[in-house]
Amino acid sequence: MQSRFSSAALAAGVTLILGFMVLGISFSVEGVVPTLEVSESHKIIGLLIGAGLVFLLQYFRAEVSKVTAKMKGDGQAHELPSFMRTEKQQRVLAFWAVGALLLFPFLSSRGAVDIATLTLIYVMLGLGLNVVVGLAGLLDLGYVGFYAVGAYSYALLNLYFDMSFWMALPIAGGLAALFGYLLGFPVLRLRGDYLAIVTLGFGEIIRILLNNWTELTGGPNGIARIPKPTLFGLEFNRRPSEEGATTFHDFFGISYSSEYKVIFLYLMALLLVLLTIYVIRRLVRMPIGRAWEALREDDIACRSLGLNPTNIKLGAFTIGASFAGFAGSFFAARQGFISPESFTFIESAIILAIVVLGGMGSQLGVVLAACAMTILPEMAREFDEYRMLLFGLMMVLMMIWRPQGLLPMKRPHLELKRD
Amino acid sequence: MLTLEKVHTHYGPIEALKGVSLNVEKGEIVTLIGANGAGKSTLLMTVCGDPRASSGTITWKGEDITQKETAKIMRSGLAVVPEGRRVFSAVTVEENLSMGGFFNKTNYDERMEHVLELFPRLKERYAQRAGTMSGGEQQMLAIGRALMSNPELLILDEPSLGLAPIIINQIFDIIHTLREEGTTIFLVEQNANQALRLADRGYVLEHGKIVLEDSGDNLLVNEDVRKAYLGG
Repeated sequence: MQSRFSSAALAAGVTLILGFMVLGISFSVEGVVPTLEVSESHKIIGLLIGAGLVFLLQYFRAEVSKVTAKMKGDGQAHELPSFMRTEKQQRVLAFWAVGALLLFPFLSSRGAVDIATLTLIYVMLGLGLNVVVGLAGLLDLGYVGFYAVGAYSYALLNLYFDMSFWMALPIAGGLAALFGYLLGFPVLRLRGDYLAIVTLGFGEIIRILLNNWTELTGGPNGIARIPKPTLFGLEFNRRPSEEGATTFHDFFGISYSSEYKVIFLYLMALLLVLLTIYVIRRLVRMPIGRAWEALREDDIACRSLGLNPTNIKLGAFTIGASFAGFAGSFFAARQGFISPESFTFIESAIILAIVVLGGMGSQLGVVLAACAMTILPEMAREFDEYRMLLFGLMMVLMMIWRPQGLLPMKRPHLELKRD
Repeated sequence: MLTLEKVHTHYGPIEALKGVSLNVEKGEIVTLIGANGAGKSTLLMTVCGDPRASSGTITWKGEDITQKETAKIMRSGLAVVPEGRRVFSAVTVEENLSMGGFFNKTNYDERMEHVLELFPRLKERYAQRAGTMSGGEQQMLAIGRALMSNPELLILDEPSLGLAPIIINQIFDIIHTLREEGTTIFLVEQNANQALRLADRGYVLEHGKIVLEDSGDNLLVNEDVRKAYLGG
């Protein structure tokens, strides 16, 4: 009993001290003199309540873990619900889901559609990283680098060569893939933590390069006025951007509304995501997909079977990066403005969190996690300051309750005829 | 069929193999016995090209494979059952087996059938995750996976490692069956007694050198071998 009390008290004490450092005191600069002051009383009270909560949780740990164990359930609980088991049911469900997603922008507000578009970008990034981390088991912390390559590819190609979005899109994907391939080479011999560190460095190199190569990329000022994509040459602006161009509303003889553009971007993102899902699904069922999984499972066994780990790893890096490239160029087109600030490490962390939360290797899981990771922060805008705190809390809870992710991967498998 | 000639292998400055010569002829079971750290596994891995032999030549089916890429060596009719089984534990038995037939799709179904016949246990566990099976079953799977590439030479690295005696007997029975079917087998074992009984010929490796070479039966009664490996 005694030790139970003291360990709970210790946990609460640590929470209090750490929490006080983060929330309890604040720095402000008056003139040139930095002053340290204790925060408003409601924050302190919140902190105390939090510490009390930690104390109670730790004190009744045995009871709590009994409850959580129940929530974890046995192996059965991780299976898909019964209405999604067979291939046919899944197909019908997917059909309805796509239908609903197509209708969604026409029924909801502009803001919601905008957030949905952002979510779709993260879905695409999550799916791409899922190939590298979830399937091939290569921990990549610099994924945002390829995203940046994609975004800057379109922005720069447009700036210097006046290339349209649709022309730049495949080039951006290709360039990101090339960078993925180039990064693949030096890290082939590394695994685990070392691989993570080098990829992290790579992501930072790209960002810093973009930040400092002012003549080419505009440095920290970024690139502005990136044109939006067009629909077969139809623009979504109020007025055509140049002589001879036609706008969407003129062509169809309807009055101008800025919503068309938002909806168009959403539908485009949806199209790209569906394409990504389709391509990766195919890849997973192809020999390369199996090879990725085998490589994740056991490197040496792979080699003993005559697989070439070099090619397989490079394949995973290249393909994963190309999806980031597509997502990046779409991001640039949507924002209209990009700067290196959009491609910091935190983005990599979020994308990785999406993959881990969703369940490594699981596509549906990644989609769900991407929604959760982008929509929740949007809904909790008032808690902006505590976003990272909530983020951490969510991670901890996930690791306790569902360490294998929201929807762990179920691989497609073939049944042999049995007699 | 497989010939090593004066093969030296180094790990950095350490010489693990000091001029090993041996050969395996078509249709026979050859066993390599030796104590821990004698270089048995190094020898096998050198055959596979990782680590590379620093000197000497390795010939497989008349071709010099000393500098050949590992992946290419492994696709040329030679299969290895690595030490410690190394099955792909998160995927099913079927998927493990299919990885074995990754590069050789001819007669895939027949070979699958054949492997399942050899190992009825694997048929029972067909859709089960490999990691959830017992050690013996995993060893069967590792052998089955290697057989899926339809190898001419099967190299086994300590298939009895960490298994119960009764399971070891089963594994050795299967090795025997495989030989009857015409597969050449190169067996590396610490379990000298059983390995020598099964083998046509045996090599004894000590400190990176072959110190003895004889028929299995002769080695089994050899005084030195008895003392060193068979417990007197």
